[in-house]
Amino acid sequence: VFCCCAGAGQDVGRSCILVSIAGKNVMLDCGMHMGYNDDRRFPDFSYITQNGRLTDFLDCVIISHFHLDHCGALPYFSEMVGYDGPIYMTHPTKAICPILLEDYRKITVDKKGETNFFTSQMIKDCMKKVVAVHLHQTVQVDEELEIKAYYAGHVLGAAMFQIKVGCESVVYTGDYNMTPDRHLGAAWIDKCRPDLLISESTYATTIRDSKRCRERDFLKKVHETVERGGKVLIPVFALGRAQELCILLETFWERMNLKAPIYFSTGLTEKANHYYKLFITWTNQKIRKTFVQRNMFEFKHIKAFDRAFADNPGPMVVFATPGMLHAGQSLQIFRKWAGNEKNMVIMPGYCVQGTVGHKILSGQRKLEMEGRQILEVKMQVEYMSFSAHADAKGIMQLIRQAEPRNVLLVHGEAKKMEFLKQKIEQEFHVSCYMPANGETTTILTNPCIPVDISLGLLKRETAIGPLPDAKKPKLMHGTLLMKDNSFRLVSPEQALKELGLAEHQLRFTCRVHIQEPRKEHEAVLRVYNHLKGVLKDYSVQHLPDGSITVESILIQVTAHSEDQGTKVLLVSWTYQDEELGSYLTSLLKKGLPQSTP
Amino acid sequence: MAAHLKKRVYEEFTKVVQQQHEDLSTKKLRLTKPSKSAALHVDLCKATSPADALQYLLQFARKPVEVESVEGVVRILLEHYYKENDASVRLKIASLLGLLSKTAGFSPDCIMDDAINTLQNEKSHQVLAQLLDTLLVIGTKLPENPSVRMRLVEVACKHLTDSSHGVRNKCLQLIGCLGPVEKGVAKEAESQAAKDVQKIIGDHFNDQDPRVRTAAIKAMLQLHERGLKLQQAIYSQACKLLADDYEQVRSAAVQLIWVLSQLYPESIVPIPSSNEEIRLVDDAFGKICHMVSDGSWVVRVQAAKLLGSMQQVSSHFLEQTLDKKLMSDLRRKRTAHERAKELYSSGEFSSGRKWGDDAPKEEIDTGAVNLIESGACGAFVHGLEDEMYEVRIAAVEALCMLAQSSPSFAEKCLDFLVDMFNDEIEEVRLQSIHTMRKISNNITLREDQLDTVLAVLEDSSRDIREALHELLCCTNVSTKEGIHLALVELLKNLTKYPTDRESIWKCLKFLGSRHPTLVLPLVPELLSTHPFFDTPEPDMDDPAYIAVLVLIFNAAKSCPTMPALFSDHTFRHYAYLRDSLSHLVPPLRLPGRKLVSSPVSPNITSHEDPSQQFLHQSLERVYNLQHLDPQGIQELLEFTIRDLQRLGELQSELAGMADFTATYLQCQLLLIKALQEKLWNVAAPLYLKQNALASAAAKQILEETYKMEFMYSGVESRQVVIIHHMRLQAKALQLIVTARTTRGVEPLFGMCEKFLQEVDSFQRCFISELPHMQGSFVDKLLDLMPRLVTSKPSEVVKILQTTLRQSTFLHLPLPEQLHRATANIIEPTGESDNPLRFTSGLVVALDVDATLEHVQDPQGTVKVQVLYPDGQAQLIHPKPADFRNPGPGRHRLITQVYLSHTAWTEPCQIEVRLLLAYNSNRSKASTRIPKPTWSESLEALPPSENGIEGTIPFSKPVKVYIMPKPARR
Repeated sequence: VFCCCAGAGQDVGRSCILVSIAGKNVMLDCGMHMGYNDDRRFPDFSYITQNGRLTDFLDCVIISHFHLDHCGALPYFSEMVGYDGPIYMTHPTKAICPILLEDYRKITVDKKGETNFFTSQMIKDCMKKVVAVHLHQTVQVDEELEIKAYYAGHVLGAAMFQIKVGCESVVYTGDYNMTPDRHLGAAWIDKCRPDLLISESTYATTIRDSKRCRERDFLKKVHETVERGGKVLIPVFALGRAQELCILLETFWERMNLKAPIYFSTGLTEKANHYYKLFITWTNQKIRKTFVQRNMFEFKHIKAFDRAFADNPGPMVVFATPGMLHAGQSLQIFRKWAGNEKNMVIMPGYCVQGTVGHKILSGQRKLEMEGRQILEVKMQVEYMSFSAHADAKGIMQLIRQAEPRNVLLVHGEAKKMEFLKQKIEQEFHVSCYMPANGETTTILTNPCIPVDISLGLLKRETAIGPLPDAKKPKLMHGTLLMKDNSFRLVSPEQALKELGLAEHQLRFTCRVHIQEPRKEHEAVLRVYNHLKGVLKDYSVQHLPDGSITVESILIQVTAHSEDQGTKVLLVSWTYQDEELGSYLTSLLKKGLPQSTP
Repeated sequence: MAAHLKKRVYEEFTKVVQQQHEDLSTKKLRLTKPSKSAALHVDLCKATSPADALQYLLQFARKPVEVESVEGVVRILLEHYYKENDASVRLKIASLLGLLSKTAGFSPDCIMDDAINTLQNEKSHQVLAQLLDTLLVIGTKLPENPSVRMRLVEVACKHLTDSSHGVRNKCLQLIGCLGPVEKGVAKEAESQAAKDVQKIIGDHFNDQDPRVRTAAIKAMLQLHERGLKLQQAIYSQACKLLADDYEQVRSAAVQLIWVLSQLYPESIVPIPSSNEEIRLVDDAFGKICHMVSDGSWVVRVQAAKLLGSMQQVSSHFLEQTLDKKLMSDLRRKRTAHERAKELYSSGEFSSGRKWGDDAPKEEIDTGAVNLIESGACGAFVHGLEDEMYEVRIAAVEALCMLAQSSPSFAEKCLDFLVDMFNDEIEEVRLQSIHTMRKISNNITLREDQLDTVLAVLEDSSRDIREALHELLCCTNVSTKEGIHLALVELLKNLTKYPTDRESIWKCLKFLGSRHPTLVLPLVPELLSTHPFFDTPEPDMDDPAYIAVLVLIFNAAKSCPTMPALFSDHTFRHYAYLRDSLSHLVPPLRLPGRKLVSSPVSPNITSHEDPSQQFLHQSLERVYNLQHLDPQGIQELLEFTIRDLQRLGELQSELAGMADFTATYLQCQLLLIKALQEKLWNVAAPLYLKQNALASAAAKQILEETYKMEFMYSGVESRQVVIIHHMRLQAKALQLIVTARTTRGVEPLFGMCEKFLQEVDSFQRCFISELPHMQGSFVDKLLDLMPRLVTSKPSEVVKILQTTLRQSTFLHLPLPEQLHRATANIIEPTGESDNPLRFTSGLVVALDVDATLEHVQDPQGTVKVQVLYPDGQAQLIHPKPADFRNPGPGRHRLITQVYLSHTAWTEPCQIEVRLLLAYNSNRSKASTRIPKPTWSESLEALPPSENGIEGTIPFSKPVKVYIMPKPARR
């Protein structure tokens, strides 16, 4: 298995991993980098083939989930660079992905005025190439390559993929979450024992606290503020965490019988909520169990937000985009409400440096807005981290579940990976890799080669010895025939017949000298008794012609021509009985026991 | 088919069976009923194809077979078995054999040899497995026959090498169920054959088929259940199985490890890859903890459940289960719990948190961090955060059990339990609240924890709130702020959900009596008294004010300095509340006030005795003075009944007892009145009034006896006899009255016969009690029985009349504990003047909320009755899920009743009441012959429907104002 990171090697963002497994080339994810606005934002696709058509080189592309750092470069890759092969993703991803891509395109093209960017049509064309898969459905990409999706938590429709060619397999996790949250379950994988597990490692060095404390804190803060008559602003990104927080507040409102209105800024989110409503099977146990009575995403208390509502008196809770308070509706509302100390803003996620969100989180109370205005922030500022990546314990847990032979870490910072890598090697005794971008890792596998065996031979061989045990290899005797690119195990007789060869008997004979003063037939008897005593499980026979047989091994005793006190034992066995024969000779060489007959 | 049946009827089926008894001296001839065996034989012979035969067998299996004919049927089946070539038919026959040997009263040892013989020639694996199953049934039917068992186990061992998993499965099961348990039995008797069963089973732990592996572990567990002490050597084998690929194997292995850890808790096992050694129970605990993060939720549930019962584990390990070292970027981070604790201990009140408040502090040594520990680390943290609520509930339960046995652990797990109060699934929340209540003796809530707990008071689910009130009743609060906080939140709850009134008051009662010293400094604030100014008198009917007073008065009970802080009106309110809510307000010794109740409080214990004595004395009096003139007896009974009723009202502990005896005496009184001689001396037609009185008395006695039998919990068989006896007397009275009023003899024949049958059944049921009933009605009656049976009805009546009058009346012994079933409908309150309007023909749901006390099996017996003004009555069976059980002896019925009626012109009231359904057969249910076990369940009727014989109203009816409007067109 060769594995090469075109993106996300020791880095977060621009996930793009190439895997070559038993001659098949698969591209895992095709993401963009949020941090760059030039060529570096997309993976370097020319690296893949140097100069050739991508379609010829890649057998398939797999997208794990709809975040832009995992699917952002897809239209560029398929339409502008040119790829016509199949693209696999789960149903929710296929549904939500184009919305996000379109949004992303709008921002880059319409707002920033970039040219040479993919168009809406390209997104549509690209989506036409997508094949949707179900969870745990094994998809045959071609005759040898098959893929299978596992549930990954993280966001709606996120999946881990198992790629299998013959008996070699790779599991790619994408982003995943091992602790369930309010709307999604935990990632799960069976003991598939892949040759390689490619895992994300965003939180490689973090072990998180129980999510319950966070939730409780969050709810308590919101509740207190609302009871005081204050307004709560929660800046969020449209998808993922927003839905989780909505569910959280919705159920809390329901439980506590609260009346204060909750608003959700419109646009993207409404469409997305619609999909959340549809893909109930991808959510957690509670939502799945209760949707017959009521779909949890049909919010009773959460209504669409209108610009005019911001000035309404009385308490309210508003979810507004974007999440870092750098522009748009959330910033507008923030400016309106910042002056009142009764109000509160809760930042549910990480904020990039330079944004208003980052400033207020780091304690700045006076903000300079455009037009030299100074905004004094009197409202309370809270930070709550709701993140849906597996932490170090979660990653280890997944490795324990899947039992891979090798682990490869991507999607994380190099320094943190180093720690995790060391831990993995120490705990599981498997080798662990963390390639940088462009670096190729080669993993040697022990491919197993299927061999046909004739039923007769199989039955004959299994009948010998104890019952077959599936967990232990069993030794079989047969002849391996390699003919026309196929392997067959046949019985020796048949092999001879097929190849037109005559059978040769191979026989070993060996002479053993023992000190034995007695007469020949007495000596024979002694040897016979001795063998009979030692080899209880074998049939030892004394033939009338004075020879002894142990199974098919023949032993003859003759007196030494010169020394009558020495007897010569002639042991003769065929090649098939080599084991027993050599054992016998060594046994006889030790001499007979000095016992009186 | 009909023709077929007909043919069967005409055929000669009677056959003669000679049964040889043990002693051989008596030979009995017995005729069996038309047996099924013959019919089956005919059927099977007629079957042309295997499918046909299968059909016949299936039909045959639907009907039960009498015990006598089982053996014959088995012979026929076996005969057919040998002839049959088709495996599926053989399979069915084999399964039938198993079913037949289950027949009650049939001893299957006679067919065992045949069953074993069939095994030898069988080729089909499925049939083989089925046959082994049959052998298992046979083996379990013969528990006292070690040699049979030995043989069966041998047979099973022989087939263990079979290549089919099904056969091996069954073999292991057989060995597990029948294998010799005591070493002594297996010792000498064919000791070679009796190989070590454990070893045989243990060898199959490594079988290639996961189903066989599971069966092997299960067989081992079965052996353990049957009392065999498992060897410790299995432990290491079982540990290996924990890493099995298949969940059912892992699940069973977890169980096995648990069993072993309970057997050998103290033995020492080495830790692999180090030289250290630990106790086995600790090691097992660690391993099971590890399984809490297994891939399969079934295993996780299993593991979490078992953790709870491992109480011998050392505290060091136990506390690790709650430990999860947090880190962020390789630096140690404190958990939110730790932070909260620190904030609390530093005296700082939780302020709004800043970003980076949880910033990681010290650097962690990378080598020291163990990401997946083999130990018990964080098992509960994981379990409580699990995706499946089943796992979470199991984890909460386990926490509860462990915390009950270890106070220090209880203290530690508190934070986690409090967190569970916010779970998304209500059941989990409820469970964790209950858990907290159970361990509340060991813990004291910190203020911040209390805060979280109290936040749940606003929950819209009534169950949650009530559970929380129960919890608050028995929690310890550490500070006066805590008490204040609790009070404030409870009052908030009260305003939001006024229906919680009772429960909140009760909660505050306990809160006050548990924390008198903490309440004391709060009193001025709570009563809003001022040292200089008079404050306005609060409204006495305000539930919130009452709540505050309940808290204060209960605290004042053990805090004599408190009343000094009360203002005048508080004393007045006290007097009022003491009278109106006496169950919530305790008697207080107030300065300068003469209190009626004050002498009561110091010697409550000694006071109980006199009342009990009084009860017994009055009863003695009644029982002793039997030979008074009728007038005197009547008067005495009347007085005693009055006394008893009053006593019941005064002493709630004795209420059940007093009521019960009063009812009995009442019955007796009625009987005496009805039997007054002068009434009967006159010819019947002239004294209609007296007849009416007598028949009314008989009816009432019957009713009362049913009440006595079914409405009281704690009634023993001694009482039941007396009650039945009284009922018998009432029936006799009824018979006499009817005999006198009806003309003609024909109807009397039936009645007499029925009565005599009843006497007979009484004798059969209570034969053991008869010696205690010297001189009673029934005693005399039984003496006269031979005469009664032969005589004419008129004579019977005459005899009855004299015996009734002559019989002494029986002493009613009292049981230890007797409680009368009571019900109280809380909702609907019946106070509303607004009619419930609905369109006629449609249905309206009426919420009914009631508390039931001392009702046994409320799911089966409690019904709701709705009486419409037109006399129409409707009986509603509440769903079993509508009953909750908040405490021992108490139940709560929260259900919805659907009403519907045709249109009325104006609103009118309907009555809702609760009934207790009874069935006099139920008391004898245990002696009833069990139904044939293998008849198909389809034929059995649902038992609840036909089980009701009558009903007793046991709650006050509540009136509901409703108005069905005509439908608009």
